[in-house]
Amino acid sequence: MKKLEKNKKIDVVEILKDLENYRPRRRHWTWREGSGEKRQIGKFEYYDTSENLKQAQPLPGGSFFDDIAPQPACSITTEIASGRFEDDIRRMRMAAWHGADHLMVIRTAGQSHMDGLLEGTPQGIGGVPITRKQLRAQRKALDLIEDEVGRPINYHSYVSGVAGPEIAVLFAEEGVNGAHQDPQYNVLYRNINMIRSFVDAAAAKKVMAWAGIAQIDGAHNANATARDAWKVMPELMVQHGLNSIFSVKSGVKKENICLSTVPPTAPPAPCMRLDLPYAVALRELFSEYRMRAQQNTKYMGSSTREATVTHTLNLLISKMTRAEIQSTITPDEGRNVPWHIYNMEGTDTANQAFAGMDGLSEMLQIKRDEGELADKVRELKERAVLYLEEMVEVGGYFNAVEQGFFVDSGYYPERNDDAIVRHIDGGIGAGTTIERAEDYMAPVTAHFGYNNLEQYGLEAVKKPSYLIDGDSFDKPEKIIFVDELDDMDNVNVRMEETEEYRNKNIVKPEMEWLGDGVVQTTMFLPTDERTACYAAIEVGRKMGLEEVEVIHSEVMQAAEGTRVEIKGKFQHSINLDTLVVPPPPDVMSDEELYTAIKARPMKVVAATVGEDEHSVGLREIIDIKHGGIEQFGIDVHYLGTSCPVEKLVDAAIELNADAILSSTIISHDDIHYKNMKKIHDYCIEKGVRDRIIFCSGGTQVSPEIAEQYGADKAFGRGSNGTQLATFLVKNREERGL
Amino acid sequence: MSHWKEGKKVERKDDYEKRREHLKNLSEKQLEERFWELCGQLMDPIVEMAANQTSPSIERSVLLRMGFSSLESKAIVDGAIDRHLLEHGAGHLVYKLAQNEGLEIREAGLKLADSELWDETATLFQAGAK
Repeated sequence: MKKLEKNKKIDVVEILKDLENYRPRRRHWTWREGSGEKRQIGKFEYYDTSENLKQAQPLPGGSFFDDIAPQPACSITTEIASGRFEDDIRRMRMAAWHGADHLMVIRTAGQSHMDGLLEGTPQGIGGVPITRKQLRAQRKALDLIEDEVGRPINYHSYVSGVAGPEIAVLFAEEGVNGAHQDPQYNVLYRNINMIRSFVDAAAAKKVMAWAGIAQIDGAHNANATARDAWKVMPELMVQHGLNSIFSVKSGVKKENICLSTVPPTAPPAPCMRLDLPYAVALRELFSEYRMRAQQNTKYMGSSTREATVTHTLNLLISKMTRAEIQSTITPDEGRNVPWHIYNMEGTDTANQAFAGMDGLSEMLQIKRDEGELADKVRELKERAVLYLEEMVEVGGYFNAVEQGFFVDSGYYPERNDDAIVRHIDGGIGAGTTIERAEDYMAPVTAHFGYNNLEQYGLEAVKKPSYLIDGDSFDKPEKIIFVDELDDMDNVNVRMEETEEYRNKNIVKPEMEWLGDGVVQTTMFLPTDERTACYAAIEVGRKMGLEEVEVIHSEVMQAAEGTRVEIKGKFQHSINLDTLVVPPPPDVMSDEELYTAIKARPMKVVAATVGEDEHSVGLREIIDIKHGGIEQFGIDVHYLGTSCPVEKLVDAAIELNADAILSSTIISHDDIHYKNMKKIHDYCIEKGVRDRIIFCSGGTQVSPEIAEQYGADKAFGRGSNGTQLATFLVKNREERGL
Repeated sequence: MSHWKEGKKVERKDDYEKRREHLKNLSEKQLEERFWELCGQLMDPIVEMAANQTSPSIERSVLLRMGFSSLESKAIVDGAIDRHLLEHGAGHLVYKLAQNEGLEIREAGLKLADSELWDETATLFQAGAK
């Protein structure tokens, strides 16, 4: 396929063509390069970054710093699985530009209970049905995207449930680079039989080991499930330990075993004091393993702001300890299946925090060897050891699960009798494993356990797939590609339904899927919370939205009012053929401006007017050091802040100025526009309006409206000195002043 | 010593101070070593069990690697379960049948997936069964 171009959409239709012949480039996980060295990026030297991307979408604040986009040393994860993998491809591209290089696809609801592989491309619920075709299409897209951003992208999904070994083989064949695999997760949260779960897990892990797939465990779920999450810390260490050692014994290298670890609690709990000792203890105990730092979701509500603050504190823990993979949770996860924009927000939160904390450990250090942290670290390790000792005492892992050791909310050895209990002969897949016979044989690569190859000679012992002239791991052409099994539920049908949004020149708002029409609106309603929520739904309906739902509400004060956020579906498309897009601001070159001012000097008076002390914007527009109009030689008389309108105009007259510049931020009751009108009127009263240029500006100023209030030209958010200087020079000329 | 009773969960107050008596003189390094030793001790018998058992999913994963689709693999493994032949390995059934009948691996497997040649396969494994 043709390589991607920055200003052109990725062609999903093209991606889906000729998939039966597409082969992934590699199997294994790839870590970022260039960490551990200092790096000059823009005006700064960074201590803890990895190589820059070839192309990136900078943080919003990047515009103040030459659009730099420093990349942290760790891999950054974002989870993208809207139910339609074809739309997720576009989101993956956006995420890669934002700096995510570990893209996780959650499986559709119920896939972990399916005893076998799915094929085709059915639509998912709360995730994506993982199939060969879906994996191949996304891997093909990611190969193009990684070339575009200039960094390998690790593709990830789940090897859990009752089809683990098959999924592991599928992942190895299709170039999936990371996967969750933890038999304890199956047992505790998916109620899959313990024996089946562990037997399958060993086989799956061996395949993952062969393919170099990075493994992430499932221990963090104990944190998300237990009643008091901060009390399960000893158990979390035990679960990490059991899966890690089981993985090693199944053939996985320690450097490919990543602990999925979450800071257990969140504000308003004093979370740093509780979470930091745990993070330290865990990293010491698992010094040979990698950390995949997940963010706390247990105490996440529907406030995206609150989630972002919690996540930032979690990132501080990663920074002060270590994390080789930093996961991000979308801040809207407490509301719905994540939306495009929140994947970018989550990724940006990690990048922003890490950029801001760059080199922090040069100046700050954890008090490891004395005081509360030191005591807690030791205590946690002891509690974990006691936990394991009692498991041995009751007869081993299976007995311990049967006796309700796991996911009890007590702080071990405390017990609250609320654990998850599973039985050895219970659960999905019970009774489905069998003892291998003495002649048991499997003629394939990366097969775990007993395999009587001796019966077929030494060559077979050396290389089992020799018996069948190579397997699919040796010869990918042996893989059988299944296209679609369902005539109605597949990507082709869905793409036909959304075809007009790809091929016509129209645009519609979307949050998840092309053409979904979803928008969100934030409002304040001066009433109590319950009334406000119902009123907000009516507001949404009257705005013309359908399927309106409240996605967040927050009391500002019980009687005075409530903040409400709603979502709904916008029912129209915007025709881009008839849309009027004003031309971008007209600017003269620096050289032209110097020349014009030199030929005919210009004098202006400037102030923030009314009761407004906000001078930053105006200073930016004026000051030579900020690239303001002074740099072109314009003589600026700055009268300061909160200047009365009359004083400003009088000064202009007295100095015989060419122009008046007024600036306002405060906009309540339209005071900014009213002041513009006063300046305009006072100039008329003084008989100078004809010979004076009047410009106004401020972040809340809408140029079209300001001009109705008498300004010759107004400048809103994002304006700069060059635009103003251009207008002053041109307007003077046009008006013959 | 254990507070656990067969099949019954219990509530228990935090008796950490009492329980830790035998750990309190260990260094942290020794504690960590103890942690890993116990993890290994708990998982060794399960690894051993996993090495000697198989499952439908494991067998299908073998057939996938041998060049069969998910649908074909499922049909072959289901046929082997019905005939109590899975203990020999589904891939083994296909391999031995192919050898014996002079078929390509894929041809032999497709026959089994189509419910053919199972009697021949069963005969091949009668002598070799444990």
